[in-house]
Amino acid sequence: MEKTKGRIFNIQRFSIHDGPGIRTIVFFKGCVLRCAWCSNPESQNFDIEKLSENGREKTVGRDVTVEQIMPEILADLPYYRRSGGGVTISGGEVLCQTDFAAELLRECKECGIHTAIETAASLPFEKFEKILPYLDLCLMDIKHMDPEKHREYTGRDNALILENARRLSESGVELIIRTPVIPTFNDTREDIKAISDFARSLKGVKEHHLLPYHRLGSDKYAGLGRNYSMKDILPPSDEKMRYLLSVAEESGLSCQIGG
Amino acid sequence: MENIKFQIEKSSRIEKLISTLYENMPEIESSRGILITESYKMTEALPIIKRRSAAFAHILRNIPIIIRDGELIVGSATLAPRGCQVFPEYSYEWLLSELDTVSTRAADPFYISEKTKAELREIYPWWHGKTCSDLARANMAPEAYAAFTEHAIFTPGNYFYNGIGHVCVDYAKVLKSGYRGIIREAEAALDALDFSDPEYIKRTAFLEAVIESCEAVIDYAKRYADLALEKANAESSPARRSELLRIAKNCTRVPEFGAESFYEACQSFWFVQLLLQVESSGHSISPGRFDQYMYPYYKKDVDRGLITTEAAQELIDCIWVKLNDINKVRDAASADGFAGYGMFQNLIVGGQDIHGMDATNDLSYMCLEASMHVPLPQPSISIRVWNGSPEPLLLKAAALTRLGTGLPAYYNDEIIIPSIMARGLTLEDARDYCIIGCVEPQKAGKTDGWHDAAFFNMCRPMELAFSRGYDKGTKIGVDTPDVSEMKSFEEFYDAYKAQQSYMIKLLVNANNAIDAAHAVRCPLPFQSCMVEDCIGRGKSLQEGGAVYNFTGPQGFGIANNTDGLIAIKKLVFEEKRFTLPELRDALEANFGYGYTPAAAEKMTVEVAKKLSEYGMEINDSAIRTIYEELVTASALDEGLKTRYREIKRMIEEEAPKYGNDIYEVDMFARDVANTYTKEVEKYKNVRGGVFQAGLYPVSANVPLGAETGATPDARLAYTPLADGIGPASGRDVKGPTATANSVAKLEQGVASNGTLLNQKFHPSALAGMSGLTKFVALIRSYFDQKGMHVQFNVVTRETLLDAQKNPEKYKTLVVRVAGYSALFTTLSRSLQDDIIARTEQGW
Repeated sequence: MEKTKGRIFNIQRFSIHDGPGIRTIVFFKGCVLRCAWCSNPESQNFDIEKLSENGREKTVGRDVTVEQIMPEILADLPYYRRSGGGVTISGGEVLCQTDFAAELLRECKECGIHTAIETAASLPFEKFEKILPYLDLCLMDIKHMDPEKHREYTGRDNALILENARRLSESGVELIIRTPVIPTFNDTREDIKAISDFARSLKGVKEHHLLPYHRLGSDKYAGLGRNYSMKDILPPSDEKMRYLLSVAEESGLSCQIGG
Repeated sequence: MENIKFQIEKSSRIEKLISTLYENMPEIESSRGILITESYKMTEALPIIKRRSAAFAHILRNIPIIIRDGELIVGSATLAPRGCQVFPEYSYEWLLSELDTVSTRAADPFYISEKTKAELREIYPWWHGKTCSDLARANMAPEAYAAFTEHAIFTPGNYFYNGIGHVCVDYAKVLKSGYRGIIREAEAALDALDFSDPEYIKRTAFLEAVIESCEAVIDYAKRYADLALEKANAESSPARRSELLRIAKNCTRVPEFGAESFYEACQSFWFVQLLLQVESSGHSISPGRFDQYMYPYYKKDVDRGLITTEAAQELIDCIWVKLNDINKVRDAASADGFAGYGMFQNLIVGGQDIHGMDATNDLSYMCLEASMHVPLPQPSISIRVWNGSPEPLLLKAAALTRLGTGLPAYYNDEIIIPSIMARGLTLEDARDYCIIGCVEPQKAGKTDGWHDAAFFNMCRPMELAFSRGYDKGTKIGVDTPDVSEMKSFEEFYDAYKAQQSYMIKLLVNANNAIDAAHAVRCPLPFQSCMVEDCIGRGKSLQEGGAVYNFTGPQGFGIANNTDGLIAIKKLVFEEKRFTLPELRDALEANFGYGYTPAAAEKMTVEVAKKLSEYGMEINDSAIRTIYEELVTASALDEGLKTRYREIKRMIEEEAPKYGNDIYEVDMFARDVANTYTKEVEKYKNVRGGVFQAGLYPVSANVPLGAETGATPDARLAYTPLADGIGPASGRDVKGPTATANSVAKLEQGVASNGTLLNQKFHPSALAGMSGLTKFVALIRSYFDQKGMHVQFNVVTRETLLDAQKNPEKYKTLVVRVAGYSALFTTLSRSLQDDIIARTEQGW
């Protein structure tokens, strides 16, 4: 049987903001959303592409088998054990490549590694069902409760996302809701309160994380020959983040800034 | 607020003590130099050990003393805060020639008054030919002397010019019995001497010297008691008056007798620590397991309700400040290498006790807290980590790391204990190890470790492998084939090993020559009386009195040599992209690039000298032309330049690099490290012990890099070499776990004189309890894989750049440089650049 291949664009070790403990992140290539603020624009297209960085061109994206990437994941096993860490699949969108994701997560579980995904959850729930048996933690984004605003900034409305959130919360997987806080998009009291209240309504959800917008990826747009529409947007201030944290906390959930 | 144990408020006294200490530039004083000269002139008829104790006594009875404002722990070697004394018995010529420049030099300047200069100029001529350094030079084989002075293959300069230091004495013994107890011990040993013993004369002299030294120390403390009384009588503030009276009482009792309270124990400790550094100029006088030997006194006082935790903390903080009051002037070149006024007084907390159980106690936490209260370079605080270390202690240590002073350094019991047992320590002694100076483990109170015996630059033998043993036109190495005749990688690797092994022989010769000189000219009776089994054997530490004797020279350049050898293997022999002779030429031409301005300047002087020797006229414009050509490589043929640059590019981009968790590369690095460590351990020293290698450069990778031409790893000539056992700067691109995995593959246990890994972190990596917890996990995981030591710089790049631009704003900015913490703004520019260039990791 031919081995399932997945398209990834990076494996990042010693990640400490994407799930518990010290983690290795496998970044999948390809996403269904087009969030205007995306800090990994090279993750959006499924196609392998060229990115120019400091005057040098590099290829973004490669096709790999689980067998090929496991050695790099296993190299940090001592760190996962000591820190309660593991592997997180990020993206791009993990749900775009569920066969590969399922195989990777299963292999990790067999090696005793904690598994997590970061997802925008904007695909049919059947996609989740393939990976849920091997998943310990789902870090799911809810970016906005208003469908129109959601469509305007990400390219799709949020109906499927909210439905998936409900179904996921009933599946038994540990679920954490995360919201990227983007000035001009969702940084008002009302925006955050609505998301937090929704998260509170989900069975089993105990945590809501607010991730402050950053501009570290903005140069990559130019490198891809693309325009960055949010280049004039400044990251939210510390005060603002602390305020929004207090708003989120009104829901009674355990909330934090950063992952 | 995070849940960190022992968060104790800092007393307002501490800030005042610190600002007093740092008000002025440190100053050189002459009193010790004058007193020792007077004494030596009077004692020419005595055996050397008696001359030493007589001089020590003469110094302690006459050196000016001072109690600084607000001090609770007293005793200063100089009137000026952070001042230093001179030690002409070791060497003096360098200071004599630098008297007029020492206050204006870039690294570690010292103020010196015209009066002091005149006094030193008067005493120095008497010492001509009489110093330890003079004898060391006479002892040394000319080949070894040349390798050290002319060719910078290794530098044993530390002990060639200064005292040895690098010891942790038995503080517990002084705390318990006082020097009166030690005098009784020496008297008993004298009584027990056999008249027919052929060693009777030497032993008698040694034991009498011990007694004379201890009596002098007791009298010295009494001088402080008198001064405190005198100051108390003149004091108007009742609070300070009562403090001074207590100081007077303390100094009357200790260190003559055993300490009866924690406060007395602190004062007694301080006299030991201070006076070891008045007897000799050796640095790295390390307090060791302070939390262990001080604990019984703390516990007793706390249990009896005689002291509060806050008051005990204030005393510990006071000691931390005092540890920064001790200073040492080095020659300009050494100051560049050791920059930051480093005294390397290493103090370690936590770890196992002699039974293998966890030894952590309240003082372990309070010592870490003291380093938070006193953000200065001293003490070099360290922590022992093992599988049973309590998490709260490590979290406290991580919280200290986060402050960005580069402290503490973390050590792994699980590898160090077996490693030093393999060198002959008993299990109990091994479990009781402490760290000396930078990273060197030893059993306190039983060891003369001669750690830090020399820096050995492993990249220099590699250069000799290209040049058939020639350096600067002279044959200094062994015969190895010309690179044009080498048919395989192994032949080249063998040539490198042959050159290196020969240089290690010379290193051993140099070390033993210096070692023997110290035994003859500078034995130390005071230091020796606190190290087992000097009193029993009736001889000083320097003559082999200790139970354990080692010599530990440290190699560095592993990353450069590994990356270079891998590149040669792959690009020359496997892929045939260029030939060895071509690489040799590229190295000679600095890969077609210009030299650093500092190197070009030096080379210009040499070229100009040569030309004028040939009778050519050298004017300013000729000099400028030579310099320009060197800086820009403009004299080189364009075709060659392009080719050499292409070779450099191939090495950089197409050969794998150490530090990225690539199994084959890391295992090769292990082999490269072993070419040094396993060669060094074959040799014996003159005190009846063996050599054991360390792998760390302190900060010598910068000044000794400036003596090293371009290397096959694509490093340009005269730029810094790789630091410690870590990857070359900027070449580790896979993050801290990959780096740690790579470094853990080295056989670190063989380097039982210590290894050093620097990791740099942005403060955000340690944010919150979750950041601290993950940071602790990172350390434990490296240690699970048999890493021996790790330390961290937590400071932003922006901060460092700003500190370069505005040094006056950053007077107290401490960074961890190699094995020690230093004030960043006192470092040389190139060392600053090196620290900034290190790969930023962690976010």
